[in-house]
Amino acid sequence: MELKYETIIGLEVHCQLLTKTKAFCSCPTTFGSLPNSNVCPICLGMPGVLPVLNKQIVDFTILMGLATNCTISNKSIFARKNYFYPDLPKGYQISQFENPICSKGFIEIELENNSTKIIGITRIHMEEDAGKSIHDLDIDTLVDVNRCGVPLIEIVSEPEMRSSKEAFKYLSAIKQIVTYLGICDGNMEEGSLRCDANVSVRKIGENNFRTKTEVKNMNSFRNVERALEFEIERQINLYEKGESVIHQTLLWDANKNVAIPMRSKEDAHDYRYFPDPDLVKVEVDEKWINEIKKTIPELPSKKLKRFITEFSLPKYDSEVLTTERDVAEYFEETIKNLNLKNPETFKLASNWIMTELLRVIKEEKVSIRLLKVLPINLAELIDAISNGKISGKIAKDIFAEMLLRGEKPDVIINKKGLIQLSDESEIEKIITKILDENPEVVVKFREGKKQLIGFFVGEVMKLTSGKANPKIVNQILLKKLNNAN
Amino acid sequence: MHSVSSYSYDDFLNQTPDNNNSVLNIVEKYLKNIELRKNINAFTEVYNEESIANAKKTDQELKSNNKKKLSGFVIAVKDIISIEGKKLTCASKILKDFTSLYDATVIKKLKDADAIIIGKTNCDEFAMGSSGENSSIGKTLNPVNEAKVPGGSSSGSAAAVAANFSMGSLGTDTGGSIRQPAGFCGIVGLKPTYGRVSRYGLVAFASSFDQIGPFANNSRDAARILEVIAGHDPLDSTSANIPVPNYLEKMNGDLKNLKIGLPKEYFDDSLNPEIKKSIELKIEFLKSKGVKFVEVSLPHTEYTIPAYYILTTAEASSNLARYDGARYGHRSKNSNTMEEMFVNSRSEGFGNEVKRRIMLGTYVLSSGYYDAYYKKAQKVRRLIQKDFLDVFKNVDCLLTPTSPTTAFNLGEKTKNPLEMYLSDIYTVSVNLAGLPAISIPSGKDKNNLPIGIQLIGKHFDEQTLLKIADVCENNLN
Ligand SMILES: [Zn+2]
Repeated sequence: MELKYETIIGLEVHCQLLTKTKAFCSCPTTFGSLPNSNVCPICLGMPGVLPVLNKQIVDFTILMGLATNCTISNKSIFARKNYFYPDLPKGYQISQFENPICSKGFIEIELENNSTKIIGITRIHMEEDAGKSIHDLDIDTLVDVNRCGVPLIEIVSEPEMRSSKEAFKYLSAIKQIVTYLGICDGNMEEGSLRCDANVSVRKIGENNFRTKTEVKNMNSFRNVERALEFEIERQINLYEKGESVIHQTLLWDANKNVAIPMRSKEDAHDYRYFPDPDLVKVEVDEKWINEIKKTIPELPSKKLKRFITEFSLPKYDSEVLTTERDVAEYFEETIKNLNLKNPETFKLASNWIMTELLRVIKEEKVSIRLLKVLPINLAELIDAISNGKISGKIAKDIFAEMLLRGEKPDVIINKKGLIQLSDESEIEKIITKILDENPEVVVKFREGKKQLIGFFVGEVMKLTSGKANPKIVNQILLKKLNNAN
Repeated sequence: MHSVSSYSYDDFLNQTPDNNNSVLNIVEKYLKNIELRKNINAFTEVYNEESIANAKKTDQELKSNNKKKLSGFVIAVKDIISIEGKKLTCASKILKDFTSLYDATVIKKLKDADAIIIGKTNCDEFAMGSSGENSSIGKTLNPVNEAKVPGGSSSGSAAAVAANFSMGSLGTDTGGSIRQPAGFCGIVGLKPTYGRVSRYGLVAFASSFDQIGPFANNSRDAARILEVIAGHDPLDSTSANIPVPNYLEKMNGDLKNLKIGLPKEYFDDSLNPEIKKSIELKIEFLKSKGVKFVEVSLPHTEYTIPAYYILTTAEASSNLARYDGARYGHRSKNSNTMEEMFVNSRSEGFGNEVKRRIMLGTYVLSSGYYDAYYKKAQKVRRLIQKDFLDVFKNVDCLLTPTSPTTAFNLGEKTKNPLEMYLSDIYTVSVNLAGLPAISIPSGKDKNNLPIGIQLIGKHFDEQTLLKIADVCENNLN
């Protein structure tokens, strides 16, 4: 049934900007402060106050505009979006309406079948956040205005996504770009990245759009996908039953897995936008734009391609390593510090970061930059493995030490005498001793119980406290056990 | 100190300080005057003890030769400007018990210059009105004739100076709210160029029109106040970064080579003949001082009032949205839901004129009407600005009446808002164009009511207006 229908999705993504101070006053933007502590007469909307634009917001928005191939407007204006709500102290939100600062951009997303697709960006504009109403207490509704005036950008896409998967990919790409640019932390759960969707469906082959609905309150990536799937199915079911879709706003309820329509009264807004007379035009000249251009870092899609070609990494590795800028930079720094640089050591570095480091940062919920293991030390560890100084197994123990104390691997190796035993005559002596002491096992092995090799390896490791080079142990063992035949 | 006639800062400076002429003595006399004519209802609050304490402090400072620009200058402030720790009512029930948390930039500057703020003055609610009758604490009377209105919206500020309650005062002018009451009360009122004086701390009525300006008994005192309060303010993005001249220095009496335009649209039949006569006399006098006059035209004058009321009400509807009972100000006790709280608090808290303008402004911004009203009015505003810029290529300033009539009777126009709006017909175009303008006294009509004439200047050229005003005053004396 769904095959007959095509989905049309457009996303409106709000990103809280990582400026130190608010958009129009000098209050801090710190998350998690005591309610109503990061406030002043201006963001409280006291009578007589005036907004003054924080220039860093313009920098950040231009940065995002350039990273998403937008046209930057030389003159843009702020507008007032008027509506009444207790957590909106001025009775209007300062936003942009006509003449947004960025428009007509696009980003590329990757589809399942490895092809790519261009998603258009209609506009990116600057605005201020509202406060928070807290309803779920047993007393009256409470208002926390700490968030009032925190700067946001709103990124509006063209209605060019054709499935919830594509929407998910687009949203992931936007998150990746803003975090790479360092203008937003991209945390959906904390609300620093928010996403609303416009959804409609139509029969394949139709040219006109059908009625769309707006889905809000999807506060995680998983919820976005689920909410969109719910809404697409709901609309198709309606059409299949011969009913029609009404234009309305739905709120996603993550507990019940349903999207619930808002009361139509709350939904019927006439925002009465008009230019904010308290703020002057934002004039951006070429010089300003060029200065910001210089600060754009290598973006994730480009980095991913480069990791594949420059380091011969599998695509999967490159994707994992470039998801976050910090991780990608950690990897590159590790590579830079390797003595032995070849595809094998690159892959070794990738493996270590993907399995060990990413596990730790996920478990401890810290940034990779805060780990005690520095890239230069990880490089030393990888060098020690690849030049046979230590075994991979010992390396794991050393890594655990590094995590705890941040010591250099060499220091730990020397302190604990963990240098790998690779002296063949030494190993041969030990093996001879073990074979002599266990003649019945040797017999069983030679009768065909080849898996008993593990027993001998284990014995060697026991006698050498795990330091024997496993490759050499294996070689000599096999030679000795097989030769006697 | 004179107790009846007006007292100026020059009078204060020219006297040798003794007990009789101490700042304390002056403040006490003003306070006594306020007490004697309480019925004028010029103040929302008088700072009795504080002004006395400040006067004593100033006397000490003066004794140790620590004189600042406005030391001992006693000033009243329209109760729409924020003073830290003081009530800020805007003459509205909705802010009846509201205390402000901060000083407006102009207040900071006055305090830094050691001016003595004697109290907050009554006005039309949120500066909306032309008669001083739209105040939640009751109307202000015209001190010259108590049966008449003092004009508005800065009614109390004009009355305070005219009644000798203070040496000067601050008002605000969105469409004539300084100049019209100055004219009605027979004093000087200056509306500076938009952007000349910081609006930070001025409760907004129409943000792209509002300007704070001085009232005084003479243009020298108006200049003194302006010089202190003017200048760029980083807290107001619309304030201009243009140097403030030393106005008194420029008021040298030399009017030679000045060319003044007389816009013909301002001298039609609706103008009161006595006012016309008074202006003609003024023109003759100025000609004798070497000024040249030419007739000019401001062709879009007829669209002034509609454009003004569309744009100012649009801005007001948004500016006044914050008074919703949720965070401060009046909250209705009879509300069960959030929406009822908004509706009831605002219905109970705002007066009729404010409600009328909020409704009008909400309407002109509504979807479907925005282009026809707001956008069109913006275009008209640009045309009116261009009219002035064209005329100023040829003249240094313009001379017009301040109002079509002298002060009218209390209650005369309260039932007819349109007629009330027309009393600002000569003043509003100045705010549409963001220009500076001054109203100066020009004799009296047969009922002994003051006549005001208006001088309109180029952007940021307050000094030419003050210079001309100064010469005209010397002629009176
Ligand atoms: Zn603030």
